[in-house]
Amino acid sequence: MSLATATRSHYTQTIWSLVVRDIRVLVSRWVMFLVRVISQPILIVFVLAYVFPKIGQGIGGNAAAEAKFSTLLVAGVVGISIITQGIQAVALPLVQEFSFTREIEDRVLAPVPIWGVATAKIISGALQALIAALVVFIVSIFIPATTVHLSVNWPLVLTIIPIAAVLSGALGLAIGTIVPPTQVAFIFAIILLPMTFLGAVYYPWTSLGTIPWLKWAVLINPLIYINEGLRAALTTGIPHMNLYGVYGGLIGFFLLLVFIGIRGFKNRVIS
Amino acid sequence: MVAPDLGPQNLAIEVKDLVKTYPGSIAAVRGVSFSIPRGSVYGLLGPNGAGKTTTFGMITTRVIPTSGTVLINGINVVAKPAQAKSFLGVVPQSNTLDRSPSVRENLTFHGRYFGMTSKEARTKADQLLVQFRLQERAAAPVGALSGGMAQRLMVARAVMHSPTILVLDEPTTGLDPQSRLALWEILRELNAAGQTILLSTHYMDEADELCEKIAIMDHGQVLALDTPAALKRSYAKQARISLDLQGADPGLAEMLAEALPGTTIGFVGSQLTISTDDPTDLLPMLVKELVAMDIGYRNLSVRQGSLESVFLALTGRDLRE
Ligand SMILES: Nc1ncnc2c1ncn2[C@@H]1O[C@H](COP(=O)(O)OP(=O)(O)O)[C@@H](O)[C@H]1O
Ligand SMILES: [Mg+2]
Repeated sequence: MSLATATRSHYTQTIWSLVVRDIRVLVSRWVMFLVRVISQPILIVFVLAYVFPKIGQGIGGNAAAEAKFSTLLVAGVVGISIITQGIQAVALPLVQEFSFTREIEDRVLAPVPIWGVATAKIISGALQALIAALVVFIVSIFIPATTVHLSVNWPLVLTIIPIAAVLSGALGLAIGTIVPPTQVAFIFAIILLPMTFLGAVYYPWTSLGTIPWLKWAVLINPLIYINEGLRAALTTGIPHMNLYGVYGGLIGFFLLLVFIGIRGFKNRVIS
Repeated sequence: MVAPDLGPQNLAIEVKDLVKTYPGSIAAVRGVSFSIPRGSVYGLLGPNGAGKTTTFGMITTRVIPTSGTVLINGINVVAKPAQAKSFLGVVPQSNTLDRSPSVRENLTFHGRYFGMTSKEARTKADQLLVQFRLQERAAAPVGALSGGMAQRLMVARAVMHSPTILVLDEPTTGLDPQSRLALWEILRELNAAGQTILLSTHYMDEADELCEKIAIMDHGQVLALDTPAALKRSYAKQARISLDLQGADPGLAEMLAEALPGTTIGFVGSQLTISTDDPTDLLPMLVKELVAMDIGYRNLSVRQGSLESVFLALTGRDLRE
């Protein structure tokens, strides 16, 4: 084994150990994890796809349209839960670990370059996002009052969900390194809320054609690409952004956020 | 006596002309050099703001030097930070224990980061928990530890992966006297087992007690670096010789003052004290005089000047202000 190979495998082991640490912490608090993962999607699906149809305010008007709405909502809530995990699993803990607890310091001294420690954060955020996606997927199929008609395109599912998950981890890293500890509320007010409300959760992005400025403006929201991609992966008959746009947006935002996140992480831990 | 081998292969760490200027032209460290042979305990002694933490930051890869180099085991910390980190055990100035896992997991996770297998990590963790008297708290969350225990756990964590050098930044600041002594004991044991140690402190007695050599730091510079005894010899010249002269004539003080020029002599009760610049030459003369006068003496002791006076002599300030 050459020295370079030895170093690489040693980096891999250290980075993986850093991920395992995060996962162990997660497992020891699995109840809290589940609650935080499913509360928002359950509420969304429950109110929009169960309560509304039952009280005669169903979105779409007739039974077929209601079923269609429930179906398109599946992609939306899975997308929300993926992106939310990045913030909850990476950004919020990081903000804390950088500041008053300084817990990150021991991991920063692990024998890998700093990007390795940052990468471990992205990976553990991504793993949590994957688990969240699975849980929420199941929840969002069973809660609606009307039947959900999914037709799964596996090649799309198996590429879009993992890319969305690492994108979410990278988003969490970028946010966690930018936001100072006194400004955590800001994460919710100006990042998470607009992202989820304007993230093509409740309607397909293509339907924004009637508000052209908004249709183009929301493209700065990475959640758009996740949800449009999931819609393409999970449903038929619902319009979605073309797949070049979906993959281009996902990969482009992933790379951008990795760059911002790793650079921000370095700036926070090295002076 | 065999001359000590000070070849570079025998140095755990070599710091050369280290400078750090933070943004805003804050010159925190202004040209610091020292090297530490394997197996030694060195101390940086200086007041708050002297640049100790910044120096440690550069050694531990957390602060990028403006200029100068740090070699650990011959590895440049800026060029190869990951490799340098594998040789370092670090106890930072503030508590950086991982709040989520247990006491024992703080050790095992750390061991895993440094490439130990799970089994190795568990074995070493259990051994350290016993050695550092933390075994009863093994399963507790770290938030439940007292200050002294938390500090011991930080040291245990730092030595978990058998580092070449253990670096501790003000390890006993804020500890109660008992925990402080317990930590000293641990550091002595580690050193006795061969651990190279670099610590910083603003306590004179700590530096005096633990360190083979002390670098006195102020305003980002090392003002003097030597053994505590040599520092006192050079900078706190007045040593005090005291001895018990049961039943001696009070007139003896004057006779001795004539025989031993350049000294100040006091005689209270049966206790004779002599202050001198040079106890090494004076002692044989004193003993010769006493023997010639046929005077018996007991409890002869020599106290070199204190590090307090060394610091005062070097900086013109009291360290404790
Ligand atoms: N990150 C930083 N940015 C700017 N100035 C700093 C930073 N860290 C320390 N300093 C300044 O550098 C000087 C040395 O500080 P420090 O190395 O912490 O000293 P010590 O550990 O001896 O108390 C102080 O004047 C301090 O205010
Ligand atoms: Mg300090």
